Amino acid sequence: MRDYIIRRLLGLIPILIGISIAIFVVMQLIPGDVVSGILGIEQTPELREMWEKKLGLDQPLVQQYFNWITKALRGDFGESFRTGAPVFPEIVSRFKISAELAVLACIIAWIIALPLGILSSLKRNSVIDRIVRVVALMGVSIPNFASATLLILFLAKGFNYHTPVKYVSLFENFGGNMQIVLLPAFVLGSVMAGSVMRMTRSSMLEVLRQDYIKSVRAKGAPERVTIFRHAFRNSSIPIVTLIGMQIGSLMGGTVVIEQIFSIPGLGQLTLTGISQRDFPVVQGCVLFIAFVYVIVNLLVDILYTYIDPRISYS
Amino acid sequence: MQNLLEINNLKITTLRGKSTVRLLDKVDLSIRKKCSFGIVGESGCGKSITANAILGLLPYPLRVSEGSIRYDSKAGEMELLKLDRKQLREVRGQEISMIFQEPMTSLDPIFTVEMQMYEALSFHHPHMTKAEMREKSLDMLRQVNIPRPEQTLASYPHQLSGGQLQRIMIAIALINDPRLLLADEPTTALDVTIQAQILRLMNDLKERNDTSIIMITHDLGVIAETCEEVAVFYAGQIVEQANVVELFKQTAHPYTQGLLQAVTSLGGESRKLYTIPGIVPPGGQWAQGCRFSDRCSRCTEKCRQAMPALTEASPGHLCRCFLHSEEVEA
Repeated sequence: MRDYIIRRLLGLIPILIGISIAIFVVMQLIPGDVVSGILGIEQTPELREMWEKKLGLDQPLVQQYFNWITKALRGDFGESFRTGAPVFPEIVSRFKISAELAVLACIIAWIIALPLGILSSLKRNSVIDRIVRVVALMGVSIPNFASATLLILFLAKGFNYHTPVKYVSLFENFGGNMQIVLLPAFVLGSVMAGSVMRMTRSSMLEVLRQDYIKSVRAKGAPERVTIFRHAFRNSSIPIVTLIGMQIGSLMGGTVVIEQIFSIPGLGQLTLTGISQRDFPVVQGCVLFIAFVYVIVNLLVDILYTYIDPRISYS
Repeated sequence: MQNLLEINNLKITTLRGKSTVRLLDKVDLSIRKKCSFGIVGESGCGKSITANAILGLLPYPLRVSEGSIRYDSKAGEMELLKLDRKQLREVRGQEISMIFQEPMTSLDPIFTVEMQMYEALSFHHPHMTKAEMREKSLDMLRQVNIPRPEQTLASYPHQLSGGQLQRIMIAIALINDPRLLLADEPTTALDVTIQAQILRLMNDLKERNDTSIIMITHDLGVIAETCEEVAVFYAGQIVEQANVVELFKQTAHPYTQGLLQAVTSLGGESRKLYTIPGIVPPGGQWAQGCRFSDRCSRCTEKCRQAMPALTEASPGHLCRCFLHSEEVEA
């Protein structure tokens, strides 16, 4: 197992290098550059040259990339072209916010999806099952920016409630933080819930058909034991896989929601970085998101071995 | 009650789209105590669903639409079809156990054999200690001739062979001393040498523990080896029922004769393997009149129009065919 984890972590290195090259190339291809952005209308060729020299943009592209990667390998992701602040601490502090949002969204999704998915599979084709399926389909198919905007409007018009705009951290002010984070988490969670619910239902239906479920019942098992100990545990592998991928994509994929609810998360940082052509910020954010994605999926793969003894990585 | 189990007028239906389709039609069976009773027929004749109905294990959307299944339990007579969930749980695994066709998929792949054996005990004896459960489980594994019981207890199903798994299934089924064992094609998925061992084992255990067995199979060889009484099912009905010796010597129904002819025998002169022409029609598409008429070589005009009744061809030997009685099913 330990060897497997080490192998997987080593495998991460080429992935991250590949991604960094791709980001570097793409950043060169998109029109506009950071210096024009910094200088605005006061551009003169002299000022321009000075800034390019300062940011190292006067060097050949390969040299630029090489400079960045050698520093990055030593753990130094450079400074923002725009603010001059070191990138890494900024990413970490933004990540905490995004992570809180993601964790909360997952919890909300599981609370909704798992019980309803199980119930729906047990009461197949009943009224409850039909309702659950329709609701799940809605969750999957309504885009989250639409439901987010509608929710904000609904609360504002219906209850005259406005979400706070200034972000406060979880540890400073729990109540205030929840007021900000709960709504976007609910929006993200309800989208996740839709697909988790559908996966839970179909996976449970598949397992409930298996012979061993019948033989557990034939032993005289209470339904509760049949369903949770045997059926749910056996059907949890695809569910865990789905959840792992969702957590991964929540890390970077919440840009729109962060924007709508003005939450200063990792997605917002990335987006700002891209629009300002702030290469070190974008590079740092994307690599960090990729890193988290791979780690989450590694954890999922390790979790498999606890769920199913047939899976081993020796 | 004189018999251990009495099935009367059992009808099972399923849903196909919006319409109800009958899969089992007016089946009557009586299982004597300490008897092994065989149910034989091709796939789709209603053998397995009969067994599943006894334990209330019919999968959705199948259900019992009519009939009664009376059972003489340790505590007295009961109607199995009228039990509530809790009473049904007490019967399952303790009064009546079941083993299935596919041992490879009949045990939960993510738990050890130990846990699955303990489960069978703890559902019915919640106060049993770990040590007692271990002792009982090891004892059962020895009874079914598992070579290294301690090691087997700690194994997961995928680490064991089909034959071993079926032995373990039998051990689990018999761990609470049930009075009736439903064996749904227990040897079909196993290779021939293992089949013989498993059948012998079941016979031994039956003698030792006074358990009755309902053996469901499509193999008349299995019936000959293990059963005392036999019912032949065709298209959701019993077409012939008799003592096993009588059935093989005085085979009455053309379908049973066909099944017997289709048995391969070693050592006989080599000939082309006989098959009954056609297939069992699925539920809802049964022939008018006698359901076997389409495939029967001795079919007459009457067979196509009226369904023969199940009547005695000789004392204790029931047959549903106009060759033996003119009586028409009401």
